[in-house]
Amino acid sequence: MKYIAEYRDGAKVRAMAKAIAAEVQPDRIYHLMEFCGGHTHSLHRYGLSQLLPPNIRMIHGPGCPVCVLPMGCIDAAIRLAASTGVILCTYADMLRVPGSGGQSLMKARAQGSDVRMLYSPMDALRIAQENPGRELVFFAIGFETTTPPTAMALKDAQRVGLKNFSVFCNHVLTPPAMRGILAQPGVMVDGFVGPGHVSAVIGEQAYAFAPREYAKPVVISGFEPVDLMASIRMLIRQINQGRAEVENEYTRVVSPQGNLRAQALMAEVFELRPRFDWRGLGSIPESALRLSDGFAEWDAERRFGIQVETVPDHKACECADILRGLKQPADCKAFATACSPENPLGACMVSSEGACAAYYAYGRHLEICEP
Amino acid sequence: MCLALPAKVLALHEAGMATVDVGGITKEISLGLLEEVKVGEYVIVHVGYALSCISAEEAQKTLALFAEISQRFLEDDQV
Amino acid sequence: MNHILDIKQGCVDMSHGGGGRAMAGLIEELFMKYLDNPWLRQQNDQAAFEVPAGRMVMATDGHVVSPLFFPGGDIGSLSVHGSINDVAMAGARPLYLSAGFILEEGLPLADLERIVCSMAKASQEAGVPVVTGDTKVVERGKGDGVYITTTGVGLVPEGVQISGDQATPGDAILINGTLGDHGVAIMSRRENLSFATSIESDSASLHTLVATMVEACPQIHCLRDPTRGGVAATLNELARQSGVGMEIQEQRLPLREEVAGACELLGLDPLYVANEGKLIAIVPEEAAAALLEVMRDHPLGQDAAIIGRVVEDKRCFVRMRTVAGGTRMVDWLNGEQLPRIC
Repeated sequence: MKYIAEYRDGAKVRAMAKAIAAEVQPDRIYHLMEFCGGHTHSLHRYGLSQLLPPNIRMIHGPGCPVCVLPMGCIDAAIRLAASTGVILCTYADMLRVPGSGGQSLMKARAQGSDVRMLYSPMDALRIAQENPGRELVFFAIGFETTTPPTAMALKDAQRVGLKNFSVFCNHVLTPPAMRGILAQPGVMVDGFVGPGHVSAVIGEQAYAFAPREYAKPVVISGFEPVDLMASIRMLIRQINQGRAEVENEYTRVVSPQGNLRAQALMAEVFELRPRFDWRGLGSIPESALRLSDGFAEWDAERRFGIQVETVPDHKACECADILRGLKQPADCKAFATACSPENPLGACMVSSEGACAAYYAYGRHLEICEP
Repeated sequence: MCLALPAKVLALHEAGMATVDVGGITKEISLGLLEEVKVGEYVIVHVGYALSCISAEEAQKTLALFAEISQRFLEDDQV
Repeated sequence: MNHILDIKQGCVDMSHGGGGRAMAGLIEELFMKYLDNPWLRQQNDQAAFEVPAGRMVMATDGHVVSPLFFPGGDIGSLSVHGSINDVAMAGARPLYLSAGFILEEGLPLADLERIVCSMAKASQEAGVPVVTGDTKVVERGKGDGVYITTTGVGLVPEGVQISGDQATPGDAILINGTLGDHGVAIMSRRENLSFATSIESDSASLHTLVATMVEACPQIHCLRDPTRGGVAATLNELARQSGVGMEIQEQRLPLREEVAGACELLGLDPLYVANEGKLIAIVPEEAAAALLEVMRDHPLGQDAAIIGRVVEDKRCFVRMRTVAGGTRMVDWLNGEQLPRIC
């Protein structure tokens, strides 16, 4: 497949691994955080961590919107799905996320709620139009990659005056989350691998605060193995040279200003929430979105009077430290024992791209020494 | 939320929709988030919407850089 | 017997399961007409046959596929191939099939006819007759159109001992063709997927391929068809059963470009996508090359490949060397793979 295969080539990956090995200073440890869950997934799915020199530690960031969604939001969605006449639609990743008491949307469906899986917000509009007597609620989640599509769906709903459609908005923002990480005491991150597709929307300068205020370099990366290795090399070089800049490895997709039309659309349809509780990271100001007044008519929170309660994380859960890079999945006592993909206790195990889930699925063969 | 794919635009339709091709699979998606897109161009698609065009020129530059690094570091590699 | 079935316009109704004339009419005009063979013509509730000497195997399968009709097949052909394959995976020659139908009130008779014809065709081409069957009807809303349960019996050739617990470190792992065709073909028809593809299900009876394989290589250790859960599930099952580990090479996995594209689009891993015309064979290393040639000579093995080997591993992990060069686990999923949007 064009624009994919060339960036998966094993020979190029090998070459990059050697190039990285040639760059690293043997006496220092580099802590690099790949913010985005898609990058975490790629790293594990291709086994790239094994190809890096041992003094590069990849820390898996909180860029997994499924993982960081507070349990209270899941509970609210489950309650909504149980309401008479409601069809609750969401992405497949959300179906198994545990809310309070081990309940989930998938279990709610088995118990009779009408919960449906979507591949696109367009499906939600279509289902609403096909079921005029029912209330379609789109449980919308995601970072800035996924937010513009939700905005488009809302504009379409507005355009045709669709009455039985509303959005329960749980979209979150990347730069505030990165700030949230950097502002934590004791955080050990020397640089960021920046989310490629979020950046395609928000542009390069959105990360300027990281070099400017925290002296941390950011390299925006594509998702294929060669992209990731190239980006890691660029970060190592910046760190070695004492530079802190925003660089872009993914120039074929990400432009400096990003997608202005998408940005304008998001600004029109959404507004900032004063605060938002992130699973594992705590409360971060201006880090999430809700529908603006102009779109109040399609706001499920207003329409259904949704109240999201604050639900504390499981006692044994070490997600907070893992999401901030202070611990690795294997450091958590509950990892692969009480906490597994089938029975996730916390954010990091919940989605296939969460740090713990990815490590569990792809990497736990590395626990025991490999020959 | 980053699973997005490079897709080739095969045909443009009304209301900003288009048919794209990913490795032989064709799909209808929306180009509503982009300005002018031409048939034959490549876009990045996420949940049914194109988020960005792929610049062939930048892709070339990126691959050229990779090729240069590959040459430098795989010179004495035994395949 | 009056012709009381209106196949063009009629639907299954409760009388068709009632044991009376309506049911007899359904059986005669549909099942017996198309599946026709000496056993069904006898019209007994059971089929009698001579039991050949030797070891016999028996396998049963419930088929609940939705949609009923998909590119490359339907629930009818699927069920015939499925049970023939289960029997064949013991290295056995399939002899007879039985078929039980649970019909939902309201199923169009035209659809049922299409399904039965398709079963008949698959059965005839495979040379394995459906010798007995049963029909029940459930109320509207209590079924998904039709469920079919098939059972197959077969005879294991002398000296052949194939079982999932025989994989030995050093063995080669082979597959007869491309991964994921069936699952993608099914998904292309599911309502909320809007892509068009030329992918067809690979649903096929593998017994003739197995026969040539067993003849060329009687020391085959394991055979299994990777249906639900894909190649990943099958390899993990065999690894557990045999108490071994496995290492496969991503580069060697036969995969059609469109299936790869569809999996990328949907966020699926082809290793976990269902197949219906594929088998995994685990054989001693020295026999692998010759077996590969034999498989490639058969129409259902043209894309056959050696994809990996069995290793010592008490943890029974299945690992894969990725195209990028690193190694990852091919984990045994708890439930079904869900599409990934993230």
